[in-house]
Amino acid sequence: MVAINPFNPAHPDYPGRPDKPSRSSYDAIVIGGGHNGLVAAAYLARAGRSVLVLEKRPVLGGAAVSEEVFPGFTFSVCSYVVSLFRPHIVRELELAKHGFELIPLECSFTPQPDGDALVRWADSARTRQEISRFSRKDAEIYPEFGLAMSKLSQFAKAIIDNPAPDPNAIRPREIAKLLRLGKIMQDFDGDTRHLNLKLMTSSAVDFLDQWFESEVLKSPMSVSGIIGTFLGVRSPGTAYVLLHHYMGEIDGAYRAWGFARGGTGGVSLACARSARSFGAEILTCAGVSQVNLGPDGRACGVVLENGDVINARTVVSAVDPRRTFFGLVGKQNLDDEFATQISRYKLRGSSGKVNLALDRFPDFTARPGDGPHVRGDIAIAPSIDYLERAYDQAKYGDFSERPYLNVVIPSLSDPSVAPPGKHVMSIFVQYAPYEIKEGPEFWPQRREAFGDAVIDTLSEYCPGLKDSILHRQVITPWDLEQEYGLGEGNIFHGELSVEQLLFLRPAAGWANYKTPVPGLWMCASGTHPGGGVMGAPGELAAKTLLRSGEL
Amino acid sequence: MVPRFFTAMPIPTPFHTRTQALCTSMFWKDWAGYYAVRSFDTCHEREYYAVRHAVGLFDVSPLFKYDVRGEGAMALLSRVMTRDISKLRPGRVTYCCWCDDDGKVMDDGTVSNLGDDHYRVTAAEPTYGWLCRNARGLPVEITETTDDIGSLALQGPTSRALLSEIVADTKKPIEKLRFFRLLKATIAGHPVIISRTGYTGDLGYEVWVSREHALDVWDQIYAAGRRHGLVPAGLDALDVTRIEAGFIMNGVDYQSAHHCLIESRKCSPFELGLGWTVDLDRPGFNGQAALRRELANGSTWATVGLELDWDEYEAHFTEFGLPPHVSSSAWRTSIPLYAPRRGGRVNGRQIGYATSGAWSPLLKKNLAIATIEPKFQVPGTRIRIEVTVEHERRSVAATVRETPFFNPPRKRA
Repeated sequence: MVAINPFNPAHPDYPGRPDKPSRSSYDAIVIGGGHNGLVAAAYLARAGRSVLVLEKRPVLGGAAVSEEVFPGFTFSVCSYVVSLFRPHIVRELELAKHGFELIPLECSFTPQPDGDALVRWADSARTRQEISRFSRKDAEIYPEFGLAMSKLSQFAKAIIDNPAPDPNAIRPREIAKLLRLGKIMQDFDGDTRHLNLKLMTSSAVDFLDQWFESEVLKSPMSVSGIIGTFLGVRSPGTAYVLLHHYMGEIDGAYRAWGFARGGTGGVSLACARSARSFGAEILTCAGVSQVNLGPDGRACGVVLENGDVINARTVVSAVDPRRTFFGLVGKQNLDDEFATQISRYKLRGSSGKVNLALDRFPDFTARPGDGPHVRGDIAIAPSIDYLERAYDQAKYGDFSERPYLNVVIPSLSDPSVAPPGKHVMSIFVQYAPYEIKEGPEFWPQRREAFGDAVIDTLSEYCPGLKDSILHRQVITPWDLEQEYGLGEGNIFHGELSVEQLLFLRPAAGWANYKTPVPGLWMCASGTHPGGGVMGAPGELAAKTLLRSGEL
Repeated sequence: MVPRFFTAMPIPTPFHTRTQALCTSMFWKDWAGYYAVRSFDTCHEREYYAVRHAVGLFDVSPLFKYDVRGEGAMALLSRVMTRDISKLRPGRVTYCCWCDDDGKVMDDGTVSNLGDDHYRVTAAEPTYGWLCRNARGLPVEITETTDDIGSLALQGPTSRALLSEIVADTKKPIEKLRFFRLLKATIAGHPVIISRTGYTGDLGYEVWVSREHALDVWDQIYAAGRRHGLVPAGLDALDVTRIEAGFIMNGVDYQSAHHCLIESRKCSPFELGLGWTVDLDRPGFNGQAALRRELANGSTWATVGLELDWDEYEAHFTEFGLPPHVSSSAWRTSIPLYAPRRGGRVNGRQIGYATSGAWSPLLKKNLAIATIEPKFQVPGTRIRIEVTVEHERRSVAATVRETPFFNPPRKRA
C-alpha cells in the first residue's frame, strides 16, 4: 500500500479542488491561495461571510508550499522556514487542530572554509563558549546585544501586530495608533532611542561593527539584513531587518524560527482547512485574468482564465501589488499618481532556491555527523567580503558564482518529509537577480549553471554532497515569477526596505489594505507588515475589511 | 524475591547504562525510588517536539507493575477496579482507577489482559498490599514485577513505522494493533509485550521486556530509531505532553486517598473526570455504594481543563515593559481560581484551584488542569485564575475547555 502524500492534491483530504464555484456570487473573492490569502479567507468566513478562494496552481500555498517533487520526498519548494507566524492566529483559527505544527530551529551553524565552524545555540552558555574561540569579547557582548535588540523588538512587535498608522489622517483610530508607537519610543531610555535610529538607517555591517569584532560572527549575522532585498550587507538600511531575528515569541528568541511539519505547505494547508471549516470555498486550477469593474468603477467580481465570471461584493487580492493593479485591474483604470507609485514599487527579486533529495546525510568537513548542529540553519557566509563580492556580481547582472547560502535539512527533525534514512535539503541562494544581463526570460537557459554554482559552493564545505544527490530542483527568480506568481521573483512581494514599509507599503496613502479601486482590497506580503510566513497581512487585512463596514 | 540493589536510593532502571550515557545534561530526578531522566539535553524542547513530529523514547520502568495470575484474577481485579474487568478480553488494555470503600480514589493506572488468567496492573504508587488485602479467599497469585520488567514508551507519529521494522514473531502486523490493544512479539530475538498505550495523547506504544533482555531491546530500538527521527526523551517533555493530552497525575492533580490526612483532600472518580471508567451496575466492587450515593447526590468538585486568556496575560507584562513570558516547563503548584465579577474583570470568591499546567508550544496556548466547583465545569465558562507577574499577584480570565486539549486523529487511527 502506497500512501498518497498529504500535499498531493489527489489526496482525499486535500482542502482545495479544481471544481466550479458552487454559486455565482460571494461576499468576498480572494485571489490567490497563498498563506495570506487563506488566512484572510479564514477570518472572513469565520465572521460569517461567503468566501471563495481562487488559486491558479493545482496546489495551495503559493510560495508557502510543499510538493512531492521526487517520489517520497516532500520539498518546501520556495519558503523553507517559518518565522514569526503570529501565535494568536494559530489560536483564533484553531490551526493546530487542522495540522499546523512548527518545529523550532535549534541553532545556526556557520562552517568556515578553513575547516573551523561557529555554532550559535539556543543555550546561551554554549553559544558563549563557541564565540569565545573567535573572540572572548564578542562572546560576552553577544547577550548584551540580544538584550538591546529585545528592547527594540517591542517596538517592532507593536508594528507587526497592528495595521500601519496613517500619519496624514486625523481619524482618532489613526492618531491612537501613532500615539501607541510613540509611547513605546518614549518609554525607551536615551541609549535605546539612539540605537533605534541607528538601526533604521545603518547598514547591517556598520550596525554590527559597533558591537562585535569577529568576522566569523558578524558575517552570518549580517545576512539577515539582506534576505529578499537587492542590497548588500554594506548597504544602508539593511540593519533594520536584523531585528526580525529578535522578535522572539515566548518560545524564545531563536526558536521564533522553525520548520512546519510536512514543510512550509503544512502552514498553508492548515490555514486552508481552517478556512474550509468556517465555510470558505477553495478552488484550485482557477487562475484569475481580470478584476471586473462595474460602471461606477467598483470591483464587482473576477473573470477567470477560462472566461467564467464570478461576482462578489468585495475582491481581496493576495497577489503582489504590481500584478494586482497592472495585471488584474489595468493601468487604464488607475489614476496617474497611484499608477506611478506602483510602477516605482521595488520588487527586483534577488534570490533562488535549490532543493535536493539526498540518498544519505552528507557530512560537513567542519563538523561531521548529523548531530544537533545541523538541525538548525546552516549558513555559507564565511566573511563580509565574500558576501559583498557576491553582491557585486549581482549588481552587474549575474548570479553570484559563490553565493550566500542558507541551508536547512528538515528531514533531520521531521521524518515525514523523506523516506527513512534519506533526506531533503533546502538551499536558499542569494544573489540570483531577476534582471540578469541577458534579460530575465533567459533564466531557463542559465538555470543549470546556476544550480551547479550552488552545488559547487556547498561542496567546498560538504564534499560528499554531489554523490548523495538523488534529485535536484533548481528554482530561479524567473521560475518564482512564472510558476509561483511572485512578481520579479521577489519572495516578499516587494523589498522589505525601510522606504517600502509601514504606511508606505505598497504606496503612500494606501497602506490600510484598501485600494483606490473601491471594493478591491489587498491582503498579502505587499501590504503592511510585509513578507515572511507570518500571516499578519492576511489577518490584519481581513479584520480591517470587516471593521470597515463594506462587507 | 531477593532485591537486586542494596545501594542507596534512587536505584538504576534496567536501561540505566544506556540513559546515563546519553544524559549529557545530568538532569535526573527521583521517580518512585528510581533514577529517571528529566531531560537529556539542557532543555527538554527537542524531546517534546520529537513526540509530536517524530518519536520520543521514554524509560518508564519505574511505573509500579503487578502480575495477577490464576482463576481468581479476573474476580479480584473486578472487585478492586472501577471498571468491570470481566469484560476485558485477552489482548486488551483498559485505563481505570481504584477506590477505597468510601469511593475515594487511591490510584489510577492500566490493566492488561495477557490471556490465560494472567493480568498486569500498572500503578503510580505501591499497590501490592492493596491487591493482596482484596484477594483474600480468591485463587490468585500476585507478584510485583516493577523491578523485573523494563518498560519503554515509544511515543509519536513515526513510532509505528519504527516498530514495524524491528518487531518479529507477531500473530498480526504491528500496523494492525489498535488503540489500547496489546500483542506478544520479539525484538532482537527476545520476547516482549507491546501495548498501544502511553501518556502523551499521541500515536504511541509501550514495550515491556524482562530485565535481562532490556539492553538488547533498547539497542535495537535505538539503532532503528535513527532512521525515524527517534530522540530519547525525559520526564520534562512527558509532563508537557500529558498536560496537552489532558491526563491527570496522582500526587499532582489529586492525592491518593491512602495519604490524605483530612477528608476534604480525597476525591472520587467523578470528581476527577474519570466517571467514564466507573461501571456501577454489576456485582459488588470497592466503593460501589458510596459512588452510587455520589452519583445521586452530586459531587463536590469537578476536574476540568483551562485555557488562560493570552491577551490579558500579555497586558500584565506590557504594563511592566516586559515581553510576555511563560516557563518552558510544566508547572505543578496549586493556584487559586475565582468566580468572575463586574463584567469578568475582577475576582469574586474562590471556586477552586489549578493543580498543574503548561504552555503548549504546539497550540500556542497557556493550559492548566484544575479542580473546580461543578457548576463552573461546563466548557466555555469563563472564570479567573491567579498569575504572578513581576512578583505581583494578579489574575487573568480563563475558559473551561474540553480535554484532551490536543487530540490528533493518528492517536486512534
